[in-house]
Amino acid sequence: MASKAYDAGVKEYRDMYWTPDYVPLDTDLLACFKVTGQPEVPREEVAAAVAAESSTGTWSTVWSELLTDLEYYKGRAYRIEDVPGDPESFYAFVAYPIDLFEEGSVVNVLTSLVGNVFGFKALKHLRLEDIRFPIAYIKTCGGPPAGIQVERDRLAKYGRPMLGATIKPKLGLSAKNYGRAVYECLRGGLDMTKDDENVNSQPFMRWRDRFEFVGEAIQKAEQETGERKGHYLNVTAATPEEMYKRAEFAKEVGSPIMMHDFLTGGFTANTGLANWCRENGMLLHIHRAMHAVIDRHPKHGIHFRVLAKCLRLSGGDHLHTGTVVGKLEGDRQSTLGFVDQLRESFVPEDRSRGVFFDQDWGSLPGVFAVASGGIHVWHMPALVTIFGDDSMLQFGGGTQGHPWGNAAGAAANRVALEASVKARNEGREIEKEARDILTEAAKNSPELAIAMETWKEIKFEFETVDKLDVG
Amino acid sequence: MANGSQTGDYQTAQTLETFGFLPKMSQEEVYDQIAYLIAQGLTPAIEHEHPSRSMDHYWTMWKLPFFGEKDMNNIIGELESCRRTYPDHHVRLIGYDNYTQSQGVCFVVYEGRG
Repeated sequence: MASKAYDAGVKEYRDMYWTPDYVPLDTDLLACFKVTGQPEVPREEVAAAVAAESSTGTWSTVWSELLTDLEYYKGRAYRIEDVPGDPESFYAFVAYPIDLFEEGSVVNVLTSLVGNVFGFKALKHLRLEDIRFPIAYIKTCGGPPAGIQVERDRLAKYGRPMLGATIKPKLGLSAKNYGRAVYECLRGGLDMTKDDENVNSQPFMRWRDRFEFVGEAIQKAEQETGERKGHYLNVTAATPEEMYKRAEFAKEVGSPIMMHDFLTGGFTANTGLANWCRENGMLLHIHRAMHAVIDRHPKHGIHFRVLAKCLRLSGGDHLHTGTVVGKLEGDRQSTLGFVDQLRESFVPEDRSRGVFFDQDWGSLPGVFAVASGGIHVWHMPALVTIFGDDSMLQFGGGTQGHPWGNAAGAAANRVALEASVKARNEGREIEKEARDILTEAAKNSPELAIAMETWKEIKFEFETVDKLDVG
Repeated sequence: MANGSQTGDYQTAQTLETFGFLPKMSQEEVYDQIAYLIAQGLTPAIEHEHPSRSMDHYWTMWKLPFFGEKDMNNIIGELESCRRTYPDHHVRLIGYDNYTQSQGVCFVVYEGRG
């Protein structure tokens, strides 16, 4: 064992943390950052600084470093690449040894990787583009409480995407009127309905009242339609204690599923609730309020593919991914890139989808991709093509804005969905033939015909702000 | 004006999950779905159940799943025999996916008289 002398003072980060010859280990956690440094600082030094500040380093050498083997524990910047079409920034690849992280804790991983380093003065901007979690680490995480396969079996939904809606108006309804809106949607043909994210337990509708009326709505709709139904009861609360109290009652009223907001509620709360759901046979729908604050700026923050990966590890059976076609931001290729991360057991590196690493998910269950926000019947063929069967398509205004009301709106969407799936299975190109397929289906469904008339002119065509980097 | 005259009354229907909201399929349309099932590499299987028990997870299997079956006419033939034997029962076609351990296809081909 060689011993080193203590040499106090400030050293260049690259002396220790820039290791271009390093070959990452299978057990390393790998990260790709998009770095925009201050103009006068060399790329290697900035990359090394990112590796250092997100792992073992600090700005000045300290004597106690010599009591451990920092060569083993340090993060290493091992590669630098140009960002296509952006001369100001570059990609820095960093490898972290697995022992830097507590097992089963995405909280700990994020605290290191996106902690102090994001405020570092030598950087103008910093964005965490992707993480490769080693399979050894994934095996320490609980993941989805049930997963796609178990959810399909519990609810007997096969061979098609599921259909849902967020209950509107999002705030202000009494519990009984709210339950009515749920019942109407479910009896009309939706599989599930959803609490809006900001519905928690406000003065106009306390949570316990909502849960009771919604529970009755689910049961009545199941009896009358012969199909299995659910409503995502939002148990997001101010404290974990309160969250678990609501979770217990959601189970008691007979809903198969509840929901949580993983970013505003936090990963600690989310992981705990996912574990609770697994132990109690409940499904968990995950909303992503606050994500655009973190992921929308192309040069700063955390890309949503990283947040989606972290959620799959923390636990959730559904996660919102954007719609590509609706009112909310979302590039098609990039969206497909993180939808794969939710559902597949292995995702290969694919820069055309913004995927920087091979990712082996091992036996971790898959998460349903949720498309929600400003979508209506005319989008149905495109949504079925983009998202495939393992998705939850949610039409809020597109169900409840139907001239005949929620039940007819739900039926219109269900007919459109099934007509699209049937046509796809017949080998038709359903995105191209959307008009024909829907028009044909509407001959047997006045509800669909009216929905098509109502939303025929609505489009959301704006440029995506966060695009993939291309030259 | 009150809006009663412009709105319709949506009557709740008993539906049988996937394709339950579409009109009854013709023989040709059923063929297309079987072709899809086979092209996806799924294993065809048939189940039947009395309508009063349609919400049960388990329906009764008709024989065993038809492992390796690629001939659509054989599958149609089995669907027909199942219906003739259990005319009061719903008869559904399943496509087992042994990779996902799920079903890639599942819909009721014949509705029973009950």
